[in-house]
Amino acid sequence: MTLGDIAIGNLRRRKGKAFFVLAGLLIGVSTVVALLSLVTAMKEDINHKLEMYGANVLIVPKTENLSLTYGGLSLGGVSFEMREIKEEELANIAKIPNANNVAAVGPMVLGPVTVGGRQLLMAGVDFQAFRVLRPWWVVKGQEPDDGGALLGAEAARLLGLATGGRLTINGRELTVSGVLDVTGSQDDGLIFAPLAMTQELLGKEGRISMAEVAALCSGCPIPEMVQQISAVLPGANVMAIQQVVKGRMETLGHFEKFSYGISGLVLLVGSLMVLVTMMGSVRERTVEIGIFSAMGFRGSHVIRIILMEAAIVAGLAGVLGYLLGFGATKLLIPLFAEGGHGAHVAFDPILAAGAFVLSLVVGLAASSYPAFTASRLDPNEALRAL
Amino acid sequence: MKRIQAEGIEKRYGTGDTAVTALKGVSFTIEPGEFVSVMGESGSGKSTLLSIVGTLNRPTTGRLMVDDVDVYALGQDARADFRRESIGFVFQNFNLLPYLTLAENVMLPLATVGEKKAQKRAKALAALERVGLARKAGRLPGQISGGEQERVAIARAIVGRPPIILADEPTGNLDSKTGKEIMAIINTLNAEGMTIIMVTHNPEYAAYANRVLRVADGILAH
Repeated sequence: MTLGDIAIGNLRRRKGKAFFVLAGLLIGVSTVVALLSLVTAMKEDINHKLEMYGANVLIVPKTENLSLTYGGLSLGGVSFEMREIKEEELANIAKIPNANNVAAVGPMVLGPVTVGGRQLLMAGVDFQAFRVLRPWWVVKGQEPDDGGALLGAEAARLLGLATGGRLTINGRELTVSGVLDVTGSQDDGLIFAPLAMTQELLGKEGRISMAEVAALCSGCPIPEMVQQISAVLPGANVMAIQQVVKGRMETLGHFEKFSYGISGLVLLVGSLMVLVTMMGSVRERTVEIGIFSAMGFRGSHVIRIILMEAAIVAGLAGVLGYLLGFGATKLLIPLFAEGGHGAHVAFDPILAAGAFVLSLVVGLAASSYPAFTASRLDPNEALRAL
Repeated sequence: MKRIQAEGIEKRYGTGDTAVTALKGVSFTIEPGEFVSVMGESGSGKSTLLSIVGTLNRPTTGRLMVDDVDVYALGQDARADFRRESIGFVFQNFNLLPYLTLAENVMLPLATVGEKKAQKRAKALAALERVGLARKAGRLPGQISGGEQERVAIARAIVGRPPIILADEPTGNLDSKTGKEIMAIINTLNAEGMTIIMVTHNPEYAAYANRVLRVADGILAH
């Protein structure tokens, strides 16, 4: 017979009270777990979408002029000095502190070419990098080797070419290795070809017009990465493509704060439920506590019995609360993460341990006043029989 | 050394006009190994007296010495320790915990003692054996009769081998035959050297004692 045996015995006897305490903590803990898991899953979902989004940093030559294009509409007749970046300088990106977060760097050389009497823009790119930077590209045919070209959908239509067709650019005949499906972007009107070959055709060896960078966003602040790349490419203007990201992140930030607020509120209600139930239990056990006193139990022994009971129930609520919250998140995630694509909930040992500790802390804190009250009960009042 | 020495014990409940004085300057001594009955009408103050002797109810004025220790001068924890080591209680309503087995109920006073479970269990079974209930050690209080419950209460009171047993009408809820059995057990404990103080209404059971303290209106009439 130990104080623990008394605590367990009492829990067995007063199952209803124990259930109320359990329910109070369970609701609180599972809500916190569900909300935190949802926020985490939604963050992962956004990060995943950002990765799918492809490039999120643009590197263009530094210029004192502003671009006279807006929404794809170019105001012709104005010619700018065309500055370029040295291709070799891009290697410096690998030296930035957040280099590990760089998924791909895609250099691009651009230049106007004339094909069959029509003026088009030719883009020399690194197709390996573009697989990461343009994950949405659907190529009918295949990516070009040296001597080949990939046509945007609109360019192919204008030139009347399909896979296997031939075109001559600056005196060199190229084979159309593939045609892109419509992307709805500027890519539709371009002729894509391997970087080195294009540089040679355009007479821009070792130079590039711009570069795109795909940075993985999990734990990498894009603005900081922009600063880091700017530092290693002093001749370039580095910009983050972040309007969409920012908007979604802000919304998520609001949701996160709201979640913390709701979690706090639910925990408060749960702890009040524990407090009221434990106080009721103490009142119900007045005689029993009187017996303990008569048997020579100290006030601290009574406190230990009550806190042990709270700890047992709270520990159970912590485990069940995590599982319930985890299950609820699994059910809810499709509603919050646009069909749930890319968002998934996995067992998180840190969150599980956190839920356990949180439940214990709330359970013990809410039971401390009833325990203290019990320890201060006048044994003579308690034992009216005497 | 006196086992118990009460000096001018007064106990008032409440304040002002509603104040009630339950004991009015009671003094007495009890020797080691003595068996004392406390008798009196309901509301006479005998239960208050027992609770004060049991160190559960601080007197308003006066001093209580147990084995030369001024118990109410002790701190709360020290008094609890003193109670555990020196006093065994037998209640009229048995006051067994319904969710613990008989053996566990008897082990209750040992719950805060740093002994191995097996040791505690052996002591509890020995105490139950003394009251003839060792074979029912695994039962719950609700599964035995009133007389048996009172015997368990006695086993619980003696399991720690305290020198003093305080019994509050231990036969009050029992039939005559069972009451006599209980008194026989209490008598045996006294014969083994335990000091017994027993509150009773029944003159037949009071006669088991060496001495009777009569309480009337908070005053002791020897």
